Amino acid sequence: MMPAEEKAFKGLKARELPKEELFTQGHRACQGCGGALALRLVMKAVGNRVIVANATGCMEIISSAFPQTAWEVPWIHVAFENAAAVASGIESALKALMRKGRLKKEKIFVLAIAGDGGTADIGLQALSGALERGHDFVYVCIDNEAYMNTGIQRSSSTPFGARTTTSPAGKKSIGQVTWKKNVAEIAMAHHIPYVATVCPTYYQDMMNKVKKAITTPGPAYIHCLAPCPTGWRCSPNLTIEVGRLAVETGVFPLYEVTNGECKINYPHRRLKPVREYLQLQGRFRHLTDKYIEIIQERVKEEIAKLQALEKFSSFYKNALANF
Amino acid sequence: MAKIDAIVSWKKLNLGAAITEPGSARQFLTGDWRTQRPILNKEECIRCGRCWIYCPEAAYNEDEEGYFICDLNYCKGCGICAQECPVGAITMTLEET
Repeated sequence: MMPAEEKAFKGLKARELPKEELFTQGHRACQGCGGALALRLVMKAVGNRVIVANATGCMEIISSAFPQTAWEVPWIHVAFENAAAVASGIESALKALMRKGRLKKEKIFVLAIAGDGGTADIGLQALSGALERGHDFVYVCIDNEAYMNTGIQRSSSTPFGARTTTSPAGKKSIGQVTWKKNVAEIAMAHHIPYVATVCPTYYQDMMNKVKKAITTPGPAYIHCLAPCPTGWRCSPNLTIEVGRLAVETGVFPLYEVTNGECKINYPHRRLKPVREYLQLQGRFRHLTDKYIEIIQERVKEEIAKLQALEKFSSFYKNALANF
Repeated sequence: MAKIDAIVSWKKLNLGAAITEPGSARQFLTGDWRTQRPILNKEECIRCGRCWIYCPEAAYNEDEEGYFICDLNYCKGCGICAQECPVGAITMTLEET
């Protein structure tokens, strides 16, 4: 988008949110699906001048049960590993066609959507390649912390202690034994213009970040926590509440990194004890106090690291200005 | 009802099985998945629109007076609107058969 328009964007107002539904009714998501809500909010923010590349996963299955589609925009289903590669191909093709005059010159956004399996496990190399080549696209990872579509198998994005069908909890196991892979930090290491983490509970923050990402020239990465009542074993009406507690306890802090400058949006008050977030979900029900303490320590550590990064980036910017 | 619309003969498929009609999932009414239905009390409603923005099904629509009304053809009855309503104007009641 033009720099002038980029400057004009001050954030969406709560009373003036877009009414248009580009991810329509009648999709086959479970009751209270956080991912479907996230997609709906993303599409509201992006608008209809967009081409979407969607990797295999829950969000592809539910939106395109064959003779019907829930999308109002051009949409392509790609294999599990190459959402980012296809998005970069679309971006290059648009550029070439516009240069040759076979398409009218206008700004068409490119959006890649994948789940946490398609991002953190299978599609990591395609994502890294596309970010490194610097294509002008936005990659949205809808993170529901396991392979929910095939029946709750663990992914590398599953948090410590969570019970899934391939990391069962029992006498000799506490569920997942490794920590969640931080893909937002991996994307940050590529020095791309914009990285953000969002949660659909904070809808205004989420839509502003998506809008900012899509208007930023160059690649942008958005990591979205999408609570999944089916896989997380919580009541479907608690989707929003679980997302809110994930942010307020510091398990999933919301921050944005613009050209290396980090800003934490939430939580801005004192952290709630992590137990409040864990006790709502059946997948953490087997955890004893010892393991909850371990998770609490880790969360504090991660938040401290993020706050240090926030301080350092402003300090670094000042130092660079005076250099 | 929705089942009949969802079955298509292979002879009628487009080239490459491409879907040419955008948003055609609207024909598939997901309302029959529901066990509980949301009931709005208009006297308590403050028209904040939180039920509309938090609905994963996009079932809520704004009417002329500014109230957000649930389209029961699509509502799956998850109860997010009742949980997130700041004034408790929405209650979930069991669907009568």
